[in-house]
Amino acid sequence: MNAITVQQLKVIYDKQPVLQDVSFQIPSGSLTGIVGPNGAGKSTLIKAMLHLIPRKSGDIHVFDKPYAQQKHLIGYVPQRSEVDWDFPTNALDVVLMGRYRQIGFFKRAKQEEINWAKSCLDKVGMLDYANRQISQLSGGQQQRVFLARALAQNASIYFMDEPFAGVDAQTEKAIIQLMKEWKEEGKTVLVVHHDLQTVKDYFDHVLLLNKTPIQYGETQKVFTLNNLERTYGGKISFLDKTPAILQGGE
Amino acid sequence: MSYTFWIILTGCLVGLTCGIAGSLLVLRKMSMIADAISHTVLLGIVGAFFVTQSLNGIPMLIGAAVVGLLTAYLVELLSNSGVQSDASIGVVFTSLFALGVVLISFIGDQVHLDTKHALMGEIAFVPWDTLQINGESYGPVAVWMLGFSLLFNILLITLFYKQIKMSTFDPQFAALVGIPLTFIHYLLMTMVSFSTVASFNSVGAILVVAMLIVPGATAYLLSDRFLHVIILSGAVGVLSALLGYLCASFFNVSIAGSMATMTGVLFSLAFLFSPKHGIVFKKINSGYEAIKVK
Amino acid sequence: MVDFISSLLGSANFRWVLTGSLLLGFASGMIGSFVLLKKQSLISDAMAHAALPGVCIGFMIFQEKSLPVLLIGAALTSLIATHLIQLIVNHSRIKSDAAIGIIISVFFGFGIVLLTFIQQNFTSNQAGLDSFIFGQAASLIRSDVQLIAVSSIILVFISTLCFKEFKISIFDPSFAKNIGINVKFFNGLLLALVVGIVVIGIQMVGVVLIASLLITPALAARYWTDNLSVMAWLGGIFGSISGMTGAISSTMIGDLPTGPMIVLSASVIFFISLLLGKSKGLVTKAVKVR
Repeated sequence: MNAITVQQLKVIYDKQPVLQDVSFQIPSGSLTGIVGPNGAGKSTLIKAMLHLIPRKSGDIHVFDKPYAQQKHLIGYVPQRSEVDWDFPTNALDVVLMGRYRQIGFFKRAKQEEINWAKSCLDKVGMLDYANRQISQLSGGQQQRVFLARALAQNASIYFMDEPFAGVDAQTEKAIIQLMKEWKEEGKTVLVVHHDLQTVKDYFDHVLLLNKTPIQYGETQKVFTLNNLERTYGGKISFLDKTPAILQGGE
Repeated sequence: MSYTFWIILTGCLVGLTCGIAGSLLVLRKMSMIADAISHTVLLGIVGAFFVTQSLNGIPMLIGAAVVGLLTAYLVELLSNSGVQSDASIGVVFTSLFALGVVLISFIGDQVHLDTKHALMGEIAFVPWDTLQINGESYGPVAVWMLGFSLLFNILLITLFYKQIKMSTFDPQFAALVGIPLTFIHYLLMTMVSFSTVASFNSVGAILVVAMLIVPGATAYLLSDRFLHVIILSGAVGVLSALLGYLCASFFNVSIAGSMATMTGVLFSLAFLFSPKHGIVFKKINSGYEAIKVK
Repeated sequence: MVDFISSLLGSANFRWVLTGSLLLGFASGMIGSFVLLKKQSLISDAMAHAALPGVCIGFMIFQEKSLPVLLIGAALTSLIATHLIQLIVNHSRIKSDAAIGIIISVFFGFGIVLLTFIQQNFTSNQAGLDSFIFGQAASLIRSDVQLIAVSSIILVFISTLCFKEFKISIFDPSFAKNIGINVKFFNGLLLALVVGIVVIGIQMVGVVLIASLLITPALAARYWTDNLSVMAWLGGIFGSISGMTGAISSTMIGDLPTGPMIVLSASVIFFISLLLGKSKGLVTKAVKVR
């Protein structure tokens, strides 16, 4: 069964196509890395899939139903830089935002929702910081608060936008741990990723993207030198390191 | 009740109403929209006058809400068509405000509405313009309108507290979990328009802008919690009104101008001495840390 | 009607006002193009509002309504205002839009306080000081207009002289530094030009709306061209049309304030450009798509 089906997605910005002819299907329970050069439209792709930015054309189906009907199944970890961390609120509050659907439109959070949110903070090792103002957290801690918020959503499909960017070792470990758990629970995970060296270790599927999908499939089959060159074109400056990348760092 | 009491009450209500609504705009980085709306409601008021031939509370509120929303809409429209947002705000509000000012000149002397009034208000006249029902007087109209807007703001913030907070902090995530962003946006714009028009008549555009932006910014320097910022902002608004009135009566100068100046004084104090974010304490702390490092 | 206009043109004073508004409009449209591209439209609004307390302080110190004194006061407070905006943004979590809003309202509010203080305490000569708020072309005397005209010409001259340098340092400051342009100097110079416009414009247009004369004609010009020099000249032409139309209509129709009329004329030009502009107009785009 396919968790996500994207058909003929096209996104334009200022008359220029940023993404076009994007069609692929993501099997349920897979862990997919979205990889491509800067400006390839990786973040744009997941934002368009999540209907956060307008699409020129294209449909997104989740478990064979239109996206709009399946929104409640989706969890999202945006790039850390997309929000203003000076915002006056604390870590627990941010995580509670993930329970919005459960709490309901007019109601206040009940104790059980607060406990849920706390357990999510605990899972990423941030329980001690529950009442800390978010601007006083380090970059990695902020990222873990975002992870806890996604966890609180209890979604079936998770989208993450460069979660590893600029985080400390502890946070990196927490992200990997979380991705593993999600996979064991049969959840589908999509991650925008820029570090080619870790692709083989982290993901069982890879989407190579450069304004249009170059290849999609199981990492072993798709993540080849030939395909990487097609994706990165002349920009492949790490070519001498390529064998190491392709082998993975086990 | 005494004359002074009504003036002070009006000032405090302006501070509270605008302070509460404005803190949300400051957090949403939309302060200049507040500036724009508080100028353009003049057009709504003049428009309402041309339709009804009187300066009556309710048509004025409606006119102001319409023009306020129109302002927000036009700014959005221009920004979406590729104009930088600050330039679109500049064009929209100066155009609509200029139109309002020019139309006022056509009204002439028949009613009490002129350009000076539009900027500075006539808070000194508030106590005389009372609400009359069956010949009985029920206190100044301005106080009723401000009270109504204050309740309206508090009601909406209570009802939509979570939605407002989430869409302010992380609009994309809010959209993802199903919060109607556009609805919340125009809800806030309605709040600002109502607060503005209710205050406008008594204190004029310039104090409205001051009360919308400055207390919110001051509170933002003093607290790290969303709810506290909103409440503190209202409190700073009230305090500015009180101190402003004192100064104005002492020096015998414009009450509205003096209240606006006081918001600035309180902001400067917070900017310098806020325990967490003031530059003085930051300096002391960094000096202290430098010593510790040594 | 025609008689009326020709009799107006016959009046020397009116000819001077017309020339002044034309030149002022041209200078502000041209400098506005730089301001717009530098994304400083609202900062210019703050500078304009902040000029009011300066005018009042100038009057209070020298106790006379002599234009140069008032204008020096205006220039000083509007420079202080820009520096305070920078200070707030650099040293606190307040973002630039809120900082601008704070400066606009507090400085203007303080200006009103000073204005009422002057009205209470200085009996002579204060009449007309509040025409600085909305501008009153009718209150200008010949020497005022001459000052406006000459200063406008100087401002236009400086902008044309440093056109290339402005262009590069706004578009790509780090590149400009690289090829040896003193970016800091040209930023400061542009600031000075804006202060110049504000200061000479406030008597005619008023502190509340003078920024619009910087923003609107330049933005209108943007809809017709992608070329900066064309844009600057076009902005200048739009500005002078607005200035003239505003001055004429406010003089013709008794009590109309000059500033708002100038701004309205500029808005009409903007609206036409928005719809029909050659390179970006909405209608033009729609036709092209077909």
